[in-house]
Amino acid sequence: MNQKRKIRILVAKPGLDGHDRGARIIARAYRDAGFEVVYSGLHQTPEEIVQAAIQEDVDMIGLSSLAGAHMYLFPRVVELLKEKDAEDIVVCGGGIFPEEDIPKLKRAGIKEIFTPGTPLAVVTKWVEENLKPRG
Amino acid sequence: MFNKKELEEIAADNKRWQRIFKESVSKTPERLERFSTVSGRPIQNLYTPLDLRDLDYSKDIGLPGQYPFTRGVQPSMYRGRLWTMRMFAGLGSARDTNKRFHLLVNEGQTGLSTAFDMPTLMGYDTDSPRSRGECGRCGVAIDTLKDMEILFEGLPIDRITTSMTINPPASVLWAMYIAMAEKRGISRSAIGGTIQNDMLKEFIAQKTFMCPPRPSMRLIIDTIEFGTKEVPKWNPISISGYHIREAGSTAVQELAFTLANGIAYLEAAVERGLDVDSFAPRLSFFFNSHLDFFEEIAKFRAARRMWARIMKERFKAKDPRSMWLRFHTQTAGCSLTAQQPYNNITRTALEALAAVLGGTQSLHTNALDEVLALPTEEAATIALRTQQIIAEESGVANTPDPLGGSFFVERLTKDIEEEAFQYIRKIDDMRGMVTAIERNYPQMEIADSAYRYQEQISSGEKTVVGVNKYGAEEELPLKTVQVEPGLEEKQIQWTNRVKNSRDNTKVRDALEKLGEAAQRDDNLMHYIIDAVKEYATLQEICDVFRDVFGVYRDPGIY
Amino acid sequence: MGIAEKIISGDVTAAAKLIRDIDDMVPEARAILKELYPFTGMAYVVGITGASGVGKSTLVDQMVTHLRKAGRTVGILAVDPTSPFSGGAILGDRVRMQQHSMDEGVFIRSMATRGYFGGLTQSIKGVIDVLDAMGKEYILVETVGVGQDEIDIVQTAHTSIIVLIPGMGDDIQALKAGILEVGDIFVINKADREGADRTVSDIKFMIEMDEKRYKDGWKPPILTAQAVYGKGIREILDEVEKHREYLTSSKERQSKYRYEKTRNDLVEMIKDKIVYEVLDDIIHSGEFEEALQLIMKRKIDPYTACDNIVLKKLKPGKG
Repeated sequence: MNQKRKIRILVAKPGLDGHDRGARIIARAYRDAGFEVVYSGLHQTPEEIVQAAIQEDVDMIGLSSLAGAHMYLFPRVVELLKEKDAEDIVVCGGGIFPEEDIPKLKRAGIKEIFTPGTPLAVVTKWVEENLKPRG
Repeated sequence: MFNKKELEEIAADNKRWQRIFKESVSKTPERLERFSTVSGRPIQNLYTPLDLRDLDYSKDIGLPGQYPFTRGVQPSMYRGRLWTMRMFAGLGSARDTNKRFHLLVNEGQTGLSTAFDMPTLMGYDTDSPRSRGECGRCGVAIDTLKDMEILFEGLPIDRITTSMTINPPASVLWAMYIAMAEKRGISRSAIGGTIQNDMLKEFIAQKTFMCPPRPSMRLIIDTIEFGTKEVPKWNPISISGYHIREAGSTAVQELAFTLANGIAYLEAAVERGLDVDSFAPRLSFFFNSHLDFFEEIAKFRAARRMWARIMKERFKAKDPRSMWLRFHTQTAGCSLTAQQPYNNITRTALEALAAVLGGTQSLHTNALDEVLALPTEEAATIALRTQQIIAEESGVANTPDPLGGSFFVERLTKDIEEEAFQYIRKIDDMRGMVTAIERNYPQMEIADSAYRYQEQISSGEKTVVGVNKYGAEEELPLKTVQVEPGLEEKQIQWTNRVKNSRDNTKVRDALEKLGEAAQRDDNLMHYIIDAVKEYATLQEICDVFRDVFGVYRDPGIY
Repeated sequence: MGIAEKIISGDVTAAAKLIRDIDDMVPEARAILKELYPFTGMAYVVGITGASGVGKSTLVDQMVTHLRKAGRTVGILAVDPTSPFSGGAILGDRVRMQQHSMDEGVFIRSMATRGYFGGLTQSIKGVIDVLDAMGKEYILVETVGVGQDEIDIVQTAHTSIIVLIPGMGDDIQALKAGILEVGDIFVINKADREGADRTVSDIKFMIEMDEKRYKDGWKPPILTAQAVYGKGIREILDEVEKHREYLTSSKERQSKYRYEKTRNDLVEMIKDKIVYEVLDDIIHSGEFEEALQLIMKRKIDPYTACDNIVLKKLKPGKG
């Protein structure tokens, strides 16, 4: 029987911001879309997030931030993945971002940014359309 | 409220009316399959005196300023004094925020409200590795007493009150404020203000935590005890439902968990040996005002009635002021949308109106751009003007509790009260809120509600204008506030300079004494004040707590 | 360096990827497991199971803290259920082990049950071999629930810990039939709650009723703990060591245990292989669909249909 590869996603909260409503809702939505979601919990440093992503061999890291520290934290995660030869792990972000930060984040290697009000279906569909489980 | 004969007539009328209603609906069906509030509460097609059969006017509703205070805590309400328009501010360095404070005071604001950055909120210094990228982002950075001195430089702290939104390290920031005042020759008994200091709701909702629940409770009771004895004009705690609601709870959950937290603090303070009436009048509350207009008004009214009953019946309070639920309100940040952000002005206005009709004592209205970043001055001014229009143009402040007696609002008030009491009983059965939190009970209840609500928006069952309906192709861009680049480095250097100029032996001594006292049962406030006066940093003090009491970790409820 | 070599030298990325392949049932993974086998057999495997909410992850977290202080390396395998509705899962056990995330002596992996035909236990055995080959001295396998899957998983461990909390009265009755029989150590967690003594005596009673459980010389101890406060953890680990000594102290017992375990493992593996190799072919054959239609029309009984298909497949020429 050939089991189809499952998509695995790490939903992570970098930094000190404790607003985890969005992260928790996204984790459930991914589960309901049939993905396996590893939830990191709150207050994670970029180093801890990357370590977890590698141990869990996820296809993607979903970072959630609502307190404005994304310009340091998000690019740092991408940087560390590169250092650890794991840049094939896709990084996406969700939360509150000033308009002008979004192109900067994308240039820094964040594949997609989801802002408040994005329907859950759009968020899960993006994964289905853009993510191939890593072989 | 109606006699039997009247009710019989109304019932007969109502029966006829329901038939007419049915007929009319069979021709033109109702717009929605199901009418419900933001919290999912079903709403009837009509409310009449029949819905108030279980209410007794003088026992349940009464008069403003009289038990059970459903209609307000003061007899004249806003005819006497308007609510305090207290706008939350804080950004970047202490110096930047000090400038903003001067501006606000010059504009006539009588109360200041301080927002701190994430490292300060969590009890870390700016130079901690965990603080990277966070300095000054969502509030002001405070590392030492020096920063506190600059923050309030030139401000008349003997005449204005200061509210500080701070939780795990509340005792430390308060100690810095007291030390700062005393250095300026103002005694601790003369200063007034509020520290949020509500840890239970942090475990439940906002997730800014440091030590586990039980030692956190001890620190809070230390501040209540100290305040009662030495800083009598200060509210040592603001028991907050705001964040519970922002985390996705229903209106009932917000109310029930907040009051249950209040009960937990009271029980702990009584256990410490404090007399209820000696401190209860200084407990204040903080609620969210969400978009569902009548449900919110009913929630505020129910809150007052429930607290009065809890204080009188459960805690046997004698002083009526102990029975007053005085509360601050903030409009719901989570109801704002990044899409078509100017619509947020309207949302905030409706929410502010509900808070005023609900009888709030003070109010913060969100700025339209708060969903994107810290507000610009322009946006913050519109938000303040919104309050002023409600206060001085709309006429709603002309008489207390203008919606009292509405069949709909009274029914909602009663239902919300009953449901919230059910939750409180459930929590009592678990031996109180601290245990309930350890069992993740409120956390799980909220997570379920939040997901249900999100699904309703995703499916279009609930409308969010500009998001899942009436979307626009082109959007007006918003200008947002940017934090000054290099602020983090500057703050780290500044704090290093402070550390180099202090007497490190005295700092070490003070921290050692604090650590020893923490292992005994001593009230820690005096030790904390001694340490901040030696310019011990926020983190140095909080590390003592973390060492002695342990660190609380996210239990990861989803 | 080949994948197997990398894993043996402790390469986290290589191990993580192989675990993924095992879990996804990628055929190539088997070849690497064969290469790894000579380097396994060193780790001590402890199973931790119990219903959801009894505090297993916190307990595991605390056990890891103690083991690390003693200088032991640890692999953790945390299994959470797959949603039967979507096939997805939220794996949240890691949250409670955050403090070990940067410790190089600890490898944490979350897995979902996925619910395929008995494959979970095989996957877990494979993953245990990977962690073992990586050089982890202790492997803690955490599973939720009390179903057959959990019993199977627990039996792959050297020592099985069953975690309960006070006030699980009826649940304990239900346990009796299944998981109680495979527990080597019982832990009543959250022992500050009302009814802890009662739960202890209930379990004690049940164990004593079941004499054959300990006539071999190991009578399962019942411990209390408050994992949140780090209480009772050392005692649990002491009992794990005692159980380990019990298993290894007598040559006779040790070889009997090894024989039984190896036999069980092999039977399970063969069962799994048969399912893997044969079932998919059968289900996707025209014959299967044909038989299904006939049974639906009641033209043939399912017993005969089954015999026909299976015998033809397994013993061609006889059917």
